[in-house]
Amino acid sequence: MRQNYITVVGLEVHAELKTKSKAFCSCSTAFGSEPNTHVCPVCLGMPGALPVLNKQVVEFAIRAGLALNCTINKFSKFDRKNYFYPDLAKNYQISQFDQPICEHGRVEVLVDGKKKTIGITRIHMEEDAGKLVHSGATISTSDSSDVDYNRAGVPLIEIVSEPDMRSAEEARAYMEQLKAILEYTDVCDCKMEEGSIRCDANISIMPEGAKEFGTRAEIKNLNSFRALVRAVDYEVARQAEILDDGGHIVQETRTWDDINGVTLSMRSKEEAQDYRYFPEPDLVPVVLDDAWIDRVKSELPELPAARKERLVAAGIPEESATLIVTTKEMADYYDAGAKQTKDVKGLANWILGDVSAYLNNNAITIDKFKVSPEHLAGLVDLIGKGVLSSKLAKKVFAEMVKDDEAPQALVKKLGLEQVSDAGAIGKIVDEVLAKNPQSVADFKAGKDRAIGFLVGQVMKASHGKANPGMVNKMLKEKMQ
Amino acid sequence: MELYKGTVHELHQQLVSKKISAVELTNAMYDRIGAVDDQVKAYLTLDKQGALAQAAKVDAKIAAGEAIKPLAGIPGAIKDNICIKGLKTTCSSKILANYEAIYDAHVIENLKADETIFLGKTNMDEFAMGSTTETSYFQTTHNPWDLSKVPGGSSGGSAAAIAAGEAIWSLGSDTGGSIRQPASFNGIVGIKPTYGRVSRYGCVAFASSLDQIGPITRDVTDAAIVLNTICGLDKHDSTSLPVDVPDFTKALRQDVKGLRIGLPKEFYGAGLDPKVDAELKKAVEIYRQMGAEIVDISLPSTEYAVITYYIIAPAEASANLARYDGVRYGYRASNATSAPEMTTRSRTEGFGPEVRRRIMLGTYVLSSGYYDAYYKKAMQVRTLIRREYDEAFKKCDVLLTPTSPVPAYKIDSQMDPLAIYLLDVCTIPVNLAGLPGISVPCGFADGMPVGMQLIGKPLDEETVLRAAYTFEQATNFHTQLAPIGGKK
Repeated sequence: MRQNYITVVGLEVHAELKTKSKAFCSCSTAFGSEPNTHVCPVCLGMPGALPVLNKQVVEFAIRAGLALNCTINKFSKFDRKNYFYPDLAKNYQISQFDQPICEHGRVEVLVDGKKKTIGITRIHMEEDAGKLVHSGATISTSDSSDVDYNRAGVPLIEIVSEPDMRSAEEARAYMEQLKAILEYTDVCDCKMEEGSIRCDANISIMPEGAKEFGTRAEIKNLNSFRALVRAVDYEVARQAEILDDGGHIVQETRTWDDINGVTLSMRSKEEAQDYRYFPEPDLVPVVLDDAWIDRVKSELPELPAARKERLVAAGIPEESATLIVTTKEMADYYDAGAKQTKDVKGLANWILGDVSAYLNNNAITIDKFKVSPEHLAGLVDLIGKGVLSSKLAKKVFAEMVKDDEAPQALVKKLGLEQVSDAGAIGKIVDEVLAKNPQSVADFKAGKDRAIGFLVGQVMKASHGKANPGMVNKMLKEKMQ
Repeated sequence: MELYKGTVHELHQQLVSKKISAVELTNAMYDRIGAVDDQVKAYLTLDKQGALAQAAKVDAKIAAGEAIKPLAGIPGAIKDNICIKGLKTTCSSKILANYEAIYDAHVIENLKADETIFLGKTNMDEFAMGSTTETSYFQTTHNPWDLSKVPGGSSGGSAAAIAAGEAIWSLGSDTGGSIRQPASFNGIVGIKPTYGRVSRYGCVAFASSLDQIGPITRDVTDAAIVLNTICGLDKHDSTSLPVDVPDFTKALRQDVKGLRIGLPKEFYGAGLDPKVDAELKKAVEIYRQMGAEIVDISLPSTEYAVITYYIIAPAEASANLARYDGVRYGYRASNATSAPEMTTRSRTEGFGPEVRRRIMLGTYVLSSGYYDAYYKKAMQVRTLIRREYDEAFKKCDVLLTPTSPVPAYKIDSQMDPLAIYLLDVCTIPVNLAGLPGISVPCGFADGMPVGMQLIGKPLDEETVLRAAYTFEQATNFHTQLAPIGGKK
């Protein structure tokens, strides 16, 4: 029997904090170094070594919590999460179990023009594990594996959402908003490809009208927004098929296979690990005072939502503003440019148009973009002042992306200044009118369309440099 | 008098007055070790080369007329669960049989800064789990007072080394009595400081919320001298306390007038050897005669201390010992065909039966469905015990109890593990409450030393030391030397 189902998604997001040193020792957190070069007795789990909490981790967790509208718990503690794995140096992970640092948060997302609030259950601090490098494809099919402990002890926050999302698109919007907030607050660099932000999804479905959620599957290994969307869609279809056939969903952990676009069972609830959490005796509880929390609050940067409002107030359409504030880099780029030009709408259009197209074509992000925001603003102004037509502006832009030369200088260098000299334009206009008597007659007979053709002819003859406004005006005058 | 019979404070005077040299003293200690250690078996590792090099440096300093610290040039022994860079740190376990420490424990850094001398590393119960040294993978240490008897444990090697004249001072660690009980079995002094007084950084963890390093010495003065060096805040140990460290030797006054000494009745009940009881009664009488006020008190939760300890300590140990997996260091089982098999077999083959028993116990009490009934309940009882001590210390300044209800017993007694656990009843509550406790010799029972335990308020080592010192000066138990006698 086929019926309609409601999708229920909750996300667990792990974000690596941008601290310089690890959570419980002074080793560097730098990514991509030679294996086992950022290690010490503490993060290697040598006998007798003890953890000491990096205060910056707490600072960042508070900042993220405040940005996500959480209650900051003045008392929280660390616990040991016990499980054996070769990349886990101590064979327990220092985490927070029943008393996390942040709780009861929320974020607002925009999906199909509709606002929706997604609840955040909790945020807790924990340490990352090392990395296994297998000689074969997986641990079970390899003859040997090497372990790199550079990542061991790198601080993470785990952000657990309420099961508030009702579609893959909502999950994506939440994840994007979360990423934007973590970037804005500068607590995480959010590079999904480097694993600095990772996501697990709890997915279930329930028949329309049902009061209780269905049995959920936890999907691991979602390393991109695309993977998240595809996995939710796949999982919803898989579960619907089982229910339609009269079957039951098994509570289990599944992994996303990105190549084949499917989720695969890892372990069932019965096989689930018993982590034997207990309070970490090597660390003292984290006790926060109001002064600390208040200071972090006062230092919070402008967040995406506020920034969007500001852009809208400046005259940017909401849709464009939403796109610009999605990444902090782009919003910062916009702001830097907006200081240089009054035509912020033109600037926004350029950023979302030609600039974004260039970035996409070259697969780079705006922080790698050569054109400075000041020069882009300059280009926008040259169009506004009538120095450049939008067509010529594209030519200048194509040059600017190479070495970030100033647009004014390029206009001269390329000889592209718009001709606004009445004498010079008048001469071309006269020539064009003389060559096209039929069009002149059509215009005089009331066919307004004819003027477009004549403007085009003048522009062609001027190699695109004639000021189109002046050309238009002059043609009309001369044909009266 | 032979140099090996000296105390830290006596030998320091001889060094600074140039009557002896540190090299001479160090050589004398190795001669003594050579003469008796095949019988006592206190040491696992000796570092003669390192020790003599350090001794020569101290001698040069003295020759140059420079001032030296009280421990400079005085040879000591370190329990084999405390890391000294470049030396083996085995915890008396097969799983760490070849493990060489890659860093110095905080206490070792402090001791090195004071230019002391490390003769070697001493035997212990495997991972400090035991009270006889019989669970050591390598050897059983023998009690110098009667070689057929145990030296106590888990710091049995460090205690026997002092009693046998194989070291002038030593370090032990105490999780449930592992400094105090062997000190009492060997007729010497051992103090477990307040939890947090001494950094645990570099002391291989057994039960993190209970472990504490402390000195084992011939007399109370030496204990105060070693404490002066090892105590203090360490930024590498979050549980080390940010409090000033007094000069503990200044607390050594002969004065107990008006001192309120509490006798908790629960420590004098069934199970206490009458001969031990008799020695303690004499000690109480000595205190009374010196002007102390004797107060009868009650600590009703004492009966739950041992079971509470045997839930909390194994729980913490089950996580602390998880790192010995054959991946990074230590024993690795050969010919494993998978990572899980390698880890499982390395641990099964590398740990001895007592350690395996406690890991299983700890894993069980933390398991889902049992946590509330065992671990959580035990933590609640621990709080209760702590509060009872807080209350008791409103009525008295120190508590006086036996250190162990019995003197040293025969090696290989084949006792039931539970019966051995129960013998820790006098020392365990002190760890649960995080208090300072000292054991000082107070008599003999059938030729074997009897120890008296003095327990103080948190961070009040000074009163404990003063009470112990006053008793010591009024008696001569600390001057009696073990004969290295009896048959093995």
